Amino acid sequence: MSFLEYAPAPESTAILDLKPEYGLFIDGEFTPAAGESFLTISPATEKPIARIANATDVDVDRAVAAARKAYDKTWSRLSGRDRGKYLFRIARLVQERARELAVAESLDNGKPIKESRDVDVPLVAAWFFYYAGWADKLEYAGAGSNPRALGVAAQVIPWNFPLLMLAWKIAPALAAGNTVVLKPAETTPLTALLFAEILQQADLPAGVVNIVTGAGDTGRALVNHPDVNKVAFTGSTAVGREIARSTAGTGKKLTLELGGKAANIVFDDAPIDQAVEGIVNGIFFNQGHVCCAGSRLLVQESIHDEVVERLKSRLETLRVGDPLDKNTDVGAINSAEQLARIRELSEIGEAEGAERWSPACELPENGFWFAPTIFTNVSTSHRIAREEIFGPVLSVLSFRTPAEAIAKANNTPYGLSAGIWSEKGSRILAVADKLRAGVIWANTFNRFDPASPFGGYKESGYGREGGRHGLAAYLTSTAKEGQR
Amino acid sequence: MTIERAVSPAQRAVEVLGGDLTEATLKRYLDGLPGVDAVGLEQRAASLGTRSIKTTSKAWALDRIIGLIDLTTLEGADTPGKVRSLVAKALVPDAGDPATPRVAAVCVYGDMVPYAVEALGDAHAAGRVTEPGDGLINVAAVATAFPSGRAALPVKLADTADAVAAGADEIDMVIDRGAFLSGRFGHVFDEIVAVKEACRRADGSFAHLKVILETGELNTYDNVRRASWLAILAGGDFIKTSTGKVAPAATLPVTLLMLEAVRDWHRLTGENIGVKPAGGIRSSKDAIKYLVTVAETVGEEWLQPHLFRFGASSLLNDVLLQRQKLSSGHYSGADYVTID
Repeated sequence: MSFLEYAPAPESTAILDLKPEYGLFIDGEFTPAAGESFLTISPATEKPIARIANATDVDVDRAVAAARKAYDKTWSRLSGRDRGKYLFRIARLVQERARELAVAESLDNGKPIKESRDVDVPLVAAWFFYYAGWADKLEYAGAGSNPRALGVAAQVIPWNFPLLMLAWKIAPALAAGNTVVLKPAETTPLTALLFAEILQQADLPAGVVNIVTGAGDTGRALVNHPDVNKVAFTGSTAVGREIARSTAGTGKKLTLELGGKAANIVFDDAPIDQAVEGIVNGIFFNQGHVCCAGSRLLVQESIHDEVVERLKSRLETLRVGDPLDKNTDVGAINSAEQLARIRELSEIGEAEGAERWSPACELPENGFWFAPTIFTNVSTSHRIAREEIFGPVLSVLSFRTPAEAIAKANNTPYGLSAGIWSEKGSRILAVADKLRAGVIWANTFNRFDPASPFGGYKESGYGREGGRHGLAAYLTSTAKEGQR
Repeated sequence: MTIERAVSPAQRAVEVLGGDLTEATLKRYLDGLPGVDAVGLEQRAASLGTRSIKTTSKAWALDRIIGLIDLTTLEGADTPGKVRSLVAKALVPDAGDPATPRVAAVCVYGDMVPYAVEALGDAHAAGRVTEPGDGLINVAAVATAFPSGRAALPVKLADTADAVAAGADEIDMVIDRGAFLSGRFGHVFDEIVAVKEACRRADGSFAHLKVILETGELNTYDNVRRASWLAILAGGDFIKTSTGKVAPAATLPVTLLMLEAVRDWHRLTGENIGVKPAGGIRSSKDAIKYLVTVAETVGEEWLQPHLFRFGASSLLNDVLLQRQKLSSGHYSGADYVTID
């Protein structure tokens, strides 16, 4: 036996106590929906997990009405200090139920348990703790004098970090004093529904947070509802555009966190072993289902071959497979639809003349899987260097001078994130200054912290989430209203 | 001392750096190695530490750990009796289970080598390359004014030659950290070359040379990388983290970094260099993290006694307890393993 074929170390699902069927969470209760329910499946096995309610216009209307009532009658009348207490309570309950949430996330989303356990869920708790602290200090958030909540926030989140994106949306909204109607992604509603149970446990006043499940139609009904004051969306640029169009002129405040095609720039003086790790983490973390993924690797010409060689041997040690196995590095692709898109773009990459390489790895028979893949000999005009693939696919390009690196990095309709690898501090600062991206990592990648704002340029959206800046999206002030 | 001073033309260094070796060429080469990002290195080590090794993998790992241990006693109060007792433990680690593998080596001070050789008898490897399961045990001796290295070169060489003559298969030398930190790389290099030469036996073969970097005194990861390359270039067969007398001793990030140096050396020359973390590894759980790090960094072919060792004294008993737990299903206690 080879030691490297570690014996299976599966995380037990016994900790989960799932219901066979989930309704909508409206006004503090689970209630049935008018629409026909659908199944949520595990992308690793294609086995059904639970039946999920599909909210129609009527249900969305009920949810928004509950949020409005809660805003008028309860939440807007509570002091910041009291709102903070609820948020602290939620944060602690998330920590208490961390293992359960991690298992549910991996089951429903397909991401490796080590990521849901060590990254997603701890960050969820951190987000609630962080914004709990802000709830009674809004005066100092830099949002103008006498900052006040907007009212009802409609929030639509993606499937790549289901619970974490929920936390990014709900924590600042509640801290600022808004009430919320949130729609999780169609393929990953499970942890949002477990979160609803946590809200019941926390005794959060009814209607402050409502969760409506469903597909695109549900989301459309929610963002177009006349009684919401704020729309926050994370997802694809196409949908983001549609939302921007439909909310224009309605007076709804809008933040969009959309796609990306981040450049990860490796200079010849980079700490090379850590850069290789950073490249791997940048694109293979969460199967590349990360809007800020470092999907374009820009390597200085003089070290191109060495970096590619080291990267390939590192990829040989990645373990693809059962998301619930504690040793899995790369899990399942979230849906058949996403898998088809990754395959299509990869085939286009080959057809356009890029060189495709994947490590030898056995993929499970059932479920949706895609081996980690790198493309070399990629040109800036190739579609795999332009379009967001949202999968474990890396395009490698080279550059000769820092100016060329900057030009290539900025030559994208997106502008969410970028990475710089160099041991020279002055170079990092000079290059970072010229990159048009909302988040720039130096000698690291895909690191998140509730205190740090996150958001994009250009087609990557607008508005910031996280930090003090994240509160501004959910606040208005007397001074600002006077300017209108 | 002039920077253009020539250094010993050690074969490896000549092949990699080219003809006229000087302190300057050596320094340029070592300073030209890529930097180490501390945060990234520690993150990588931590993530390797989260591997979950269960059931059959754990059983294999525990046995292999025993086969990679340099069972060590390095106290001023050591006696021939203590060394004989250490050898007895090395031969039969668990009296309750004769199937328990033997350790790789016993590691003692130079003056204790004759007693260890005598006590081992036929089981003494005596220069043969050992494999896990062959029952042969090496005698390793610390030398060169261990642990401080504060002695004149002739004293260090005599210390080494004496241990080799007494039958030591392996010499664990310390580098001159003071010289290294003040940038006198040539001085450190020459010493290693000289000690390597002192490892030559009468028949022309060499005792294996482990070069202790004492990473706890080198302070930065960049220094650890430079010292690793320096030791390899000068002819070391093994690079070893620590004496065990300085804190911090072996850590996972430092060992990972040294394994990366060994991996890069292999990539460059095809040659295999060993790595020995020593000091501070006390639990099976920690030791398994090191096995994972070795396997995922240089490959599992490194999990052999001629390429990887644990320098440890109390680790063995913890592994034995874990082994007993695995076969019996319940934990025993400290009184179910022998104290030495």
